[in-house]
Amino acid sequence: MNWLAIKSIYISEMKRFFRTLSQSILSPVLSTVLYFVVFGAAIGGRIQEVGGISYGAFIVPGLIMLTVLQQSLSNASFGIYFPKFTGTIFELFTAPISFVEILIGYVGSAASKAMIIAFVTLITATFFVDLQIAHPFWALGFLVLTAVSFSLLGFIIGIWASNFEQLQIIPLLVVTPLVFLGGAFYSADMLPGFWETVVKFNPVLYLISGFRWAFFEVSDVPVGVSLAAISIFLLLCISAVAWIFKTGWRLKE
Amino acid sequence: MAPIIEIKNLTKTYGSGTHALDHVNLNIEKGEIIALLGPNGAGKTTLISAICGMIKISSGTVTVGGFDVEKEPRKARAQIGLVPQEIALDIFETVWNSVRLTRGLFGRKPDDAYLEEVLKSLSLWDKKDAKNMALSGGMKRRVMIAKALSHQPKVLFLDEPTAGVDVALRRDMWDVVRKLRDSGVTIILTTHYIEEAEEMADRIGVINGGKILLVENTATLMQSFGRKTLKLSLVEPLAELPASLSDYDLQRSQDGLTLTYTYDTRAERSGITRMIADLAAASISVRDLESHQSSLEDVFLTLVEETA
Repeated sequence: MNWLAIKSIYISEMKRFFRTLSQSILSPVLSTVLYFVVFGAAIGGRIQEVGGISYGAFIVPGLIMLTVLQQSLSNASFGIYFPKFTGTIFELFTAPISFVEILIGYVGSAASKAMIIAFVTLITATFFVDLQIAHPFWALGFLVLTAVSFSLLGFIIGIWASNFEQLQIIPLLVVTPLVFLGGAFYSADMLPGFWETVVKFNPVLYLISGFRWAFFEVSDVPVGVSLAAISIFLLLCISAVAWIFKTGWRLKE
Repeated sequence: MAPIIEIKNLTKTYGSGTHALDHVNLNIEKGEIIALLGPNGAGKTTLISAICGMIKISSGTVTVGGFDVEKEPRKARAQIGLVPQEIALDIFETVWNSVRLTRGLFGRKPDDAYLEEVLKSLSLWDKKDAKNMALSGGMKRRVMIAKALSHQPKVLFLDEPTAGVDVALRRDMWDVVRKLRDSGVTIILTTHYIEEAEEMADRIGVINGGKILLVENTATLMQSFGRKTLKLSLVEPLAELPASLSDYDLQRSQDGLTLTYTYDTRAERSGITRMIADLAAASISVRDLESHQSSLEDVFLTLVEETA
């Protein structure tokens, strides 16, 4: 293993993050505040409680998951797309490093950034609601698994994309709807029967449900099922990446 | 001494069926500057890409410092620095960080003293904290060289180092390359500026259509093709060559006003004195003389045309 190379990629990517720290932090903080104003105050004033938890607190795990998904995807896809765009990717191909090392460097840094922003979101949320995390290690576990899986997906998108529009299209077209239909702002059983069945096919529901369970011990689906779902998703992403590296798809002629 | 790079029967066929490289054989010796000369699309960049491991080789082998680029890619790659044709830099990053990143990617421990030396030798030291986007084109190219040198490679590839660079900067670049060679780095440069190859290289390889047409010492190449022609402009048109001059390699132009004499610069005697005497004896008066040495450009064009 060329650990020095992994470290170099990681540090260089994290530097980019800290170079634009105010933007990196400001936008998730702002959107968290907006969600609390709109959902927490306006809707929360009417809903009061879901499953015995105040509505304001209920939406926190979903908000954090939303942030982690978006940040993982955008950081990882941009991270590998940017060298493709500027042409500096030739350096990765000519250096004595393997694809696995490249992957660890980029996915690791993207997941780290997403985690940092998740914590910022969590801290912002504590200004609005009282929060207690029932199972902090499970919460952390779900967070890491999600950040890594979606960073892998982002990495794949970054390799696939041949322009900036394509880089944006999957997060916009697929992920945002999945998050909104994934029970971030409501419990699945609050939906009418048909939709309750539909959302069961949404993988993001399992993520949010498991993560919420770690907070409040309340969930839409059993936590074991959540864990299995995220693990399957992680494996799918790893297989896709392995296939890309094996065939050199979009990377090597 | 074993060559630093050994290329045997290297063939690269792209998915589209294009034969970019066709059974290329080439040895590159330690410490030399070799120029690969060829027109656009000749296969120069493909050859470099194959040696640097950027493309899959269709058949044949390439070793760098004794390591096969496909079987032991890490060891082979660690010895190579590549400066590609296109400038590719993270424009938001500083010069210093860019150079450090490349060193790290090649698995080398940080060595700020060495990097300082590299930047100083390329007159970039005072720009080390500048962002890449703030640099001029020439400086960006130097940053590319600094990055390629950051991990102390034994072999440096310069793909069209002076393409689109003005004359003064080109001279600068040549000085930089010579200094590098003096420091013991083997340099492979591609160019389509013949002057550049003639000026810089110890050896020249001519490549076209994915084939190496010839590899020769620059001096030998110049000499072996160094045929000279002497043009004699005559006062009166000459209807035909007198028999007394038939021994000379003389050609009469259509209008009979010019005679062209071809001779070999390597021969002990050019035969010019005797021929002029014979001309005078035949009462042919010469108005003007013009001699011309075939340049590398002619050599190159002849070779390329022959294979076209």
